[in-house]
Amino acid sequence: MGMTTAQKIFAAHLVDEPFAGTKVLKIDVVMCHEITTPIAIADLMARGKDRVFDRTKIKAVIDHVTPSKDSKTATQAKMLRDWARRHDIKDFFDIGANGVCHALFPEKGFIRPGNTVIMGDSHTCTHGAFGAFAAGVGTTDLEVGILKGVCAFREPKTIRVNLNGTLPKGVFAKDAILRVIGHLGVNGATDRVIEFGGPIVAQMSMESRMTLCNMAIEAGGTSGICAPDMVTVDYLWPFISENFASKEAALAEYSAWCPDADAAYDKVIDLDLSDLEPLCTFGYKPDQVKPISEMAGAPVDQVYLGSCTNGRLEDLRIAAQVLKGKKIAPTVRAILSPATPHIYQEANAEGLIDIFMSAGFCVTNPTCGACLGMSNGVLAEGEVCASTTNRNFMGRMGKGGMVHLLSPATAAASAIEGKLADPRKYL
Amino acid sequence: MKTFGGPALFLDRSDINTDEIIPAKYLTEITKEDLKPYLLEDLKLPGFDPKAEKTRSAGVVVTRANFGCGSSREHAPWVFEVNGITAVIAESFARIFRQNMFNCGMAAIELPAGQIDRLFSFADAADASIALDVEGQILTIKGGGRQESVSFEISPFDKALVLAGGWVDYADTKY
Repeated sequence: MGMTTAQKIFAAHLVDEPFAGTKVLKIDVVMCHEITTPIAIADLMARGKDRVFDRTKIKAVIDHVTPSKDSKTATQAKMLRDWARRHDIKDFFDIGANGVCHALFPEKGFIRPGNTVIMGDSHTCTHGAFGAFAAGVGTTDLEVGILKGVCAFREPKTIRVNLNGTLPKGVFAKDAILRVIGHLGVNGATDRVIEFGGPIVAQMSMESRMTLCNMAIEAGGTSGICAPDMVTVDYLWPFISENFASKEAALAEYSAWCPDADAAYDKVIDLDLSDLEPLCTFGYKPDQVKPISEMAGAPVDQVYLGSCTNGRLEDLRIAAQVLKGKKIAPTVRAILSPATPHIYQEANAEGLIDIFMSAGFCVTNPTCGACLGMSNGVLAEGEVCASTTNRNFMGRMGKGGMVHLLSPATAAASAIEGKLADPRKYL
Repeated sequence: MKTFGGPALFLDRSDINTDEIIPAKYLTEITKEDLKPYLLEDLKLPGFDPKAEKTRSAGVVVTRANFGCGSSREHAPWVFEVNGITAVIAESFARIFRQNMFNCGMAAIELPAGQIDRLFSFADAADASIALDVEGQILTIKGGGRQESVSFEISPFDKALVLAGGWVDYADTKY
């Protein structure tokens, strides 16, 4: 019987199996941000174990609330900054170089096919887009990862999701993953990896694959995974060109992580998306999804474009295409947070930032801030946000506020109309 | 090892998420004890008051499916821990929350829906309380003059984490 990508990665990283079904893995990349890492640092210091297992395998960024908004967040940033300096962690990204972790770290080429990746952040599953096993963990798992470079998992089963057909005009990776979550339900993939494949995924950019994998956790999934292919190699080439004679050689090596043809799946789901409409969430759970045609006209107070789900250059280009030459409705406020400084600069060079600002958007620095109601766009009680982020829990973006999850195109169309709107008429 | 038991708090809804257990705005606290006032602050359930004595005195939470979904924040188990809640009993858990509980040496116990219903039959008893024997894998619920015992499954690894007092101590001696 063949193996899934996750099974291959587990087999190659196994350190110990202390009990049947529990696998302790060697971790290739341990990522840290300023919200969940400081308590791990403090605990390590209290234990007299302020050490790191390998400073080159630890990546750290201040991203959730940056620049700091008050003394407490400044203290969190300082704890991470001091720790990174103390341990000479070169891949530490502070103000000026910092961006949303799950956009920044891929952009730096830190994730390779076959890697194991952990971070104290549930959207770590994003990095599975590179053919890696990438799992969000709590602070204690992070702490052990920092100290020992290992993490324990129940070996997950794999759900194979084939996205068949072609995506229609105005329908994007965000709509595809909302469709998948609507199908699986919010706990349909608990203790499972979601392996995405099929012709639509084969055609997708790495940015779109990251959007897909990013929301695996919203169905309870441990990691999303896309098999490595030439799209993966092309994206990574600036970082790996010295290691391989050619892109074909890189692909040959990385292909070892592709699932076997006879891999055993927990289940296989085939979804034909050729007739998919742009989608939008309507309740307080990410599996509560409707076509935009049924939601159009619903009131919106704020439009938010950004986050680890949809704050990448491809997303900004799509939204700018909708917004070009138009103004946002006077009844809404719209916020753009490009996910990294590089994306911000590229968007500026391409004239996208001008399109957003001319339309009436506020452009903020790269940060997670508003997505989890911490800074830079928190909602008031009773307000509604049309958002390209990943969670629509009640109060997620501010106590008493409501969130509709949707694609960058649908967010841009909603900004123009001041209410939920179908983007297809603008494309 | 922690002791597991105390007055039961019944939260009768599935998919209670980590934002409801501890809102993100409190993630700027850098000690566990500072989280204490904010337990379940944003949870909206009929008859539930996060500030009520019944909530504040609880030792065990009984709830439905997919408890603890959403964020990876270990602040969710911590806000239970600093409020004296060391065990959650549910039909199912989100993976990260479940692992975080055991990693902290606390218990996240899964029971089939029918047995969760049995526990909820005690919800109206003002004196409902639960004692858990993690080693013996049995829990006892009492209240309103009734008493029932239910055996439960726990993976040997999770049990070892509880006995070791959490993952850091376990991993530090072993790896």
